[in-house]
Amino acid sequence: MKKLLALLMAGTMTASLAVCGVSAEEAAGVALEDVKVGVIYIGDENEGYTAAHMAGIDEMAASLGLDESQVIEKTLIGEDEGCMDAACDLADQGCQIIFANSFGHETYMMEAAAEYPDVQFCHATGYQAASSGLANMHNYFTSVYESRYVSGVVAGMKVNEMIADGKITEDQALLGYVGAYPYAEVISGYTSFYLGAKSVCPSVTMEVKYTNSWASFDLEKECAEALIADGCVLISQHADTTGAPTACEAAGVPVVGYNVSMIETAPTQALTSASINWGPYYTYAVQCVLDGQAIDTDWCQGYNEGADKITELNEAAIAEGTAEKVAEVEAAIKDGSLKVFDTSTWTVNGETLDTYEKNGVEYISDGYFHESEYGSAPAFDIQIDGINSIVE
Amino acid sequence: MNKEPVLRMSKRESMSPGKMLMVYAIALLMALVVCAGVIFLLVRMNPIDVYKAIFDGALGSKRRIWITIRDTLVLLCIAIGLAPAFKMRFWNIGAEGQILIGGMVSAAMMIYIADKLPQPLVLILMFAGSAVGGMVWGLIPTWFKAKWKTNETLFTLMLNYVAMQIVTYCIIYWENPKGSNTVGIINQQTRAGWLPKLFGNDYGWNLVIVLLLVVLMYIYLKYSKQGYEVAVVGESERTARYAGISVKRVLLRTMGISGAICGIAGFIIVSGCSHTISTATAGGRGFTAIIVAWMSKFNTFVMIAVAFGMTFMEKGAIQIASQYGLNENASDVILGIILFFLIGAEFFIKYKVEWNHRKEESR
Repeated sequence: MKKLLALLMAGTMTASLAVCGVSAEEAAGVALEDVKVGVIYIGDENEGYTAAHMAGIDEMAASLGLDESQVIEKTLIGEDEGCMDAACDLADQGCQIIFANSFGHETYMMEAAAEYPDVQFCHATGYQAASSGLANMHNYFTSVYESRYVSGVVAGMKVNEMIADGKITEDQALLGYVGAYPYAEVISGYTSFYLGAKSVCPSVTMEVKYTNSWASFDLEKECAEALIADGCVLISQHADTTGAPTACEAAGVPVVGYNVSMIETAPTQALTSASINWGPYYTYAVQCVLDGQAIDTDWCQGYNEGADKITELNEAAIAEGTAEKVAEVEAAIKDGSLKVFDTSTWTVNGETLDTYEKNGVEYISDGYFHESEYGSAPAFDIQIDGINSIVE
Repeated sequence: MNKEPVLRMSKRESMSPGKMLMVYAIALLMALVVCAGVIFLLVRMNPIDVYKAIFDGALGSKRRIWITIRDTLVLLCIAIGLAPAFKMRFWNIGAEGQILIGGMVSAAMMIYIADKLPQPLVLILMFAGSAVGGMVWGLIPTWFKAKWKTNETLFTLMLNYVAMQIVTYCIIYWENPKGSNTVGIINQQTRAGWLPKLFGNDYGWNLVIVLLLVVLMYIYLKYSKQGYEVAVVGESERTARYAGISVKRVLLRTMGISGAICGIAGFIIVSGCSHTISTATAGGRGFTAIIVAWMSKFNTFVMIAVAFGMTFMEKGAIQIASQYGLNENASDVILGIILFFLIGAEFFIKYKVEWNHRKEESR
């Protein structure tokens, strides 16, 4: 393990050295009217996750004062050689910085980064920039677990109301979660949602099912229906369409969405959505190019910096007192007094964890799991008590 | 009083190639005019600009030209594979599955043996393994058809989904990190099992392999005895049997070849283009290639043009989507209209349409 750690440190140092080298050369920067930004999206405006990224790009263009012609967007780019084609094509068109938003784009972005060392390549949700040895390859993500936690609080309040109204008993407080794939990004997301709900309603348990797809309306709808049939009284999702909210509206089950407000889809059942504001990162990264400064290899900010939020609370559906509770929790997250993965709030096989090592890094210290602090992508992949993850 | 139609259709004997080309040219022109009208009516844009963007997207830079060539070659390779099957009137809707199995064999070898053996040997093994994989996947439904007269359209189609599930299963072992469903580029550092550059070009080998297949398949279908048997079985199984041809043997042999070439397409995709494997590796190209094969009437040289045309439109689509914010569906509309006219043109090549002059006489 020690050897691995040493290797990792050596790698990180080499990478940071390389970053310094580039920043010294590039100190000149780029004039505002000359900057060109390329963006590669897995979906298009009809898909929530990509729509959130598009909103972030628009915010960046507006706040920096970029002209429409300075942003080239490519939609519906798959996780194959098409991504490399798109990235190289954007570089050929003169983009100094190129973003890609899907997990599977990463290796192709690295390939393009090696071919165009003078262009900055930024990849959302990935984890390989630091170890790639490429100075112009960067990862970014936000502390979305914070917004999931807050959305979990909203859900917990709703479940409390159902218990108080006698609609369900305490033991029936089963949440349902429509997940995309069973890996860290999704596990971190549903665990924080669950912990948020549990913080206000201690008796909640949760069942997670997977669609094995990032964006499939039909699968997500079916998955939500299956969860409801299993007795789930509230549904949330980590998949990108309106499938789950559609099922919930039809079944009369409250739902917490993802990426975008689901009120339009489920006017009587959507409580809120956990959401990411990508604007701050895009603004930061393009500003770095303008200033000729190096971009962070791993960038991750959260609630406090405005990179995470929950969407508008639906007055027609939320429990009484939700807004006040949300404000209280948000304040605690922002001032750092509340840690989402506080080890005193969860157990594994009945025991509290005090150590968790992954890739040679110790994630648990000072009484909480240090999510997204050693790399921008989520790292929490522990199955905790109270959550039943069903991988078929 | 017997009513006779004003227009009369009759089958043509034949048409000179020059005249045929003219019919297609007129059809294409009319298609472009109709498209222009649709574009203008729907989005109020200058259609010439949109056409220019399509051209630019497909051939606007050296890299774009090569990408268009690369994807043309893959589509062409699959169409060549489908040609003998369809000429035999064997409805092989299963190219997707045959490509996936071929690609999967290549990916497996890249992961497990590529860094342990000399590269030329690895590549030959991958090529052969993929061909065998595709062949087996093509032979399964054929054997059932030969033995029990099962319907090959349904059978080959269903095998696509089986292949997809097998690939999904393999991805569970190959994905990185676990649970992400993403294999990523295989051997990104070592490039083991990647088709090397040829003439300094990444896709040189793709070009050589596919062009060789174009020539071989042309000769096979047109000049070999086996190719003749394929044609006879396609025209009429009874005639074939009467002529002493073993229909069963021709079926199995032809579909073996068809599946093997689709498997090779899988090898070219995995080893020569994407260097990864996913359920989207075939990406619907197994279906698009059917149109390519049919429109070319199984002439592999004509296929080059048709496959290029289809790829050209697809690349143009990406460009108009990003340049004008038009959804990619817009180019599907354009491609649909063009195909409608081109396939419609075939009617005028096969049939004569004339005004009914005999009205008077028939009284």
